[in-house]
This record gives sequence, C-alpha cells and structure tokens, in this order.
Amino acid sequence: MNRVIQPAPVRKSVVVRAPRERAFEVFTAGIGRWWPKTHHIGAAEMQTQVIEPRLGGRWFERDIDGTECEIGKVLVWDPPEVLVLAWQLTPDWKFDPTLVTEVEVRFVSETPITTRVELEHRNLERLGDRAEALRQQIDSPNGWGALLDLYARATGG
Amino acid sequence: MANANLAFAALSDPTRRGVFERLQSGESSVGDLARGLPVSRAAVSQHLKVLKEAGLVVDRAEGTRRVYRIDPHGLGSLRAWLDRFWGLALQAYADQVERTEGEQ
Repeated sequence: MNRVIQPAPVRKSVVVRAPRERAFEVFTAGIGRWWPKTHHIGAAEMQTQVIEPRLGGRWFERDIDGTECEIGKVLVWDPPEVLVLAWQLTPDWKFDPTLVTEVEVRFVSETPITTRVELEHRNLERLGDRAEALRQQIDSPNGWGALLDLYARATGG
Repeated sequence: MANANLAFAALSDPTRRGVFERLQSGESSVGDLARGLPVSRAAVSQHLKVLKEAGLVVDRAEGTRRVYRIDPHGLGSLRAWLDRFWGLALQAYADQVERTEGEQ
C-alpha cells in the first residue's frame, strides 16, 4: 500500500558551442542571464538568479524590488563535470524546504569546442506527494491552475 | 495545462489516491478495486471517473465489466510541464553560450 508513484525523470540535453569549463560557468554564474524571466517565483519581476558556487550554496532569484526567493540549493558542486541542484519548488511554484527534487546537470566534452549538457530532473513523485497540501491553492482563483496557464502560454503549449 | 491541474486536484483526495496507487500493480476492475478498499463499489466508480477525467487512468471493456489502468502519459502531465520548461530553459542557455562565445 505504500507504493510510491514514480513518474520517469525529465531528461533533456543540448549541445553548446563552448568547452565544458565555459559551459559550466555560463550555466551557473550566468544563470541570471539565460533563465527565462517568464518563470519566476516572486511577486515582482525577476532581476537575476543566483547559484552560489559551492556545496550547500543557495539557489535563489532576486527580484527588482530586492526580494530574494529561494528555489533550492547546491547538492553537488563538481565543476566542470557535474552540478546537482535541489529543486524545492512545489507545483504551484513556491519554495518548500521539506521538498527536495534533484536536478542533475552533466557537462560532457564532445569536441574541444563543444559540450553536451545533459539535464535530469528526478524524484518527481515527491511533487505528487504535495498534492494534498495544494488543494486549497488549487481551489483559489490565484492558485497554480492560473499559474500553469501562464506557464503554458509562456512555453508555447 | 488544464490537465495537470486536474491531475493534482484528482490526487488530492486520499481515497482517490489510494485507488490510483492500487492500479500501479496492474490493471483492475471496479469490483476488484472495491474489494481491497474500505469504500463502496459506487464510490470507487466515482473516483475512477474523476481519475479518468483528469487523464490519469484509461479504461477498456472486458466482457460486461470495465477494467482500468494507469495512463502512463496522464501521470506525467506535471512531468510534461517540467519537460517543456527544461526544453525551453536549455535552449535559452545554449543561446546564451552562443552569445558569450561570440563576445570572446
């Protein structure tokens, strides 16, 4: 009865034209410059996003009004090969310190000037565990149903 | 993404989640599901209807009864949302690498 529903991890990869040191740097230090600004947590517009470059470092967004909103933290910091982040956002896009889903990003050299970046977002069943807590928010007009609609539009879905 | 919303709403009911989790071990009829749960057959039917509407389960006729199973695509409506998000994000990242390499 205690079976856990396990959706398959989300896996994505992209080849970028840069050596992996550079690819790793843009992904981490430069995250504020590529993260889609449409996808933010705070009420205000996102100014930037930060991954602190160390084990246990914070991963957060900073909004134009100065507010900082937690997204998660660094679980593995092993440049330029691998980065594992804890994604601690519930499906309604809110930080929950008790929720940990993992985003692993691997940087694999394909040629001296190209890198394959492989991303895996796993433990998605833990998001499902939050369903009960979400009921109230789902029922409200500003709940995550509304956010998901925004999402779908932003991502062309 | 109305589907993801429905899916989470559907799974927010503990009994319904129980029905859904039972289907993890394989497809099952309403009667079989009801036997293993402390709720009536009619209640199980109702839960299955909601799960089906949320795209989480599919059913088929087998003689005079209906058997249900988890829709492997339906469970992932949230997953699909993340899948699309990461696709978008990684492309934006690749574009950024391209831009910064051009500057060097």
